[in-house]
Amino acid sequence: MAWDRNQMAARAAQELQNGWYVNLGIGIPTLVSNYIPEGIEVTLQSENGMLGMGPFPTEDAIDADLINAGKQTITELPQTAYFDSAQSFGMIRGGKIAMAILGAMEVAENGDLANWMIPGKLVKGMGGAMDLVAGVGRVVVVMDHTNKHGDSKVLKDCTLPLTGKSVVDRIITNLGVLDVVEGGLKIVECADGVTEDELRAATQAKIV
Amino acid sequence: MNKVYGSATEALDGIMRDGMLIAAGGFGLCGIPELLLNAIKDAGSKDLTFASNNAGVDDFGIGILLQTRQVKKMISSYVGENAEFMRQYLSGELELEFTPQGTLAERMRSAGCGIPGFYTKTGVGTVIAEGKEHKDFNGETYILEEGIFADLAIIKAWKADATGNLVFRKTARNFNPPAAMCGKICVVEVEEIVPTGSLDPDSIHLPGIYVNRIVQGEHEKRIEQRTVRTA
Repeated sequence: MAWDRNQMAARAAQELQNGWYVNLGIGIPTLVSNYIPEGIEVTLQSENGMLGMGPFPTEDAIDADLINAGKQTITELPQTAYFDSAQSFGMIRGGKIAMAILGAMEVAENGDLANWMIPGKLVKGMGGAMDLVAGVGRVVVVMDHTNKHGDSKVLKDCTLPLTGKSVVDRIITNLGVLDVVEGGLKIVECADGVTEDELRAATQAKIV
Repeated sequence: MNKVYGSATEALDGIMRDGMLIAAGGFGLCGIPELLLNAIKDAGSKDLTFASNNAGVDDFGIGILLQTRQVKKMISSYVGENAEFMRQYLSGELELEFTPQGTLAERMRSAGCGIPGFYTKTGVGTVIAEGKEHKDFNGETYILEEGIFADLAIIKAWKADATGNLVFRKTARNFNPPAAMCGKICVVEVEEIVPTGSLDPDSIHLPGIYVNRIVQGEHEKRIEQRTVRTA
């Protein structure tokens, strides 16, 4: 037993606080918008130049001029504002975005994050990930705890090229929730049906 | 002084040179200067360097200039959707300078503001920081990034008046204003040229001082990821 993608997204949605401006990455983080808790109002930023991102459009409302950072067609909301890329990353770099929820390939016990390239494989680019992790108030990573070979993705040191150094605050995986603290990682909670021993066994990083 | 030209080819007349650095607006295929890119293909200029967030797809956007081998180098943050790009890059025919997206936007904006360099936390401790000056401010480390001073900016807006005041539409604004600002010359393509005086002066996104030439035309506006919900 462990959390599935939607349960991970639902758990990540519990991180949202009323009034926050938040950036959601591609993949599981995108699903977080389906689980925003009752009574919590957040404004989603899309780094290609939009605050107040709405849901995907119906077929008749598709607009080529309205896409998210994953290049998917989306819609606007009554509070939507548009701006250019320099201002968009100005608000990211300037610390105005309270939190980013991102996917990852590896996270280390000191908060190092790797999520943009695998040497020897096709390199697509970092997009806005390096700017986001360097600039936003809080970085939450949502990912599977292990890779498809069963190796831990929660490591003592990242093996892949970094997206940011000591940038991650909290890790949410299919097995549980861990915080980056002084000296290592601290278990916040275990996923449904996962024991603390199982979580520790799947984690290469030091748990304090 | 007349800024309005009859076609994208006429709007680039006398500007194009081999080896020039061109800043292009657009994010993915959204808000790209598709008419001007076609005109650059027809002009046949070679060894071009493009500062552009993305490289288009194989048969649209900057991708069409990769097919004709007119591009020597890309300065981009993400080039994922282009197979011909990857082929040329892996075979060493094409240079690539990865720049984080926000750093790329600020390198354009700052150059356009006469600022040749700026310090940012983005990329500290990563390969992006290698070889760059590091400096501490208030106990935090930053790296020096340099402005992009482009020979030419090609951008796409929604509406222009004849003086070059521009209005963009929704997320098609993206890199267009910062790209416009960093060009020695800026050529804009628009969907509509409206009478001067008909745009609300309080609602102009980029004032005409940044725009040298304007061309109006039909846009395909291709969608990269058509995503819908069921009603």
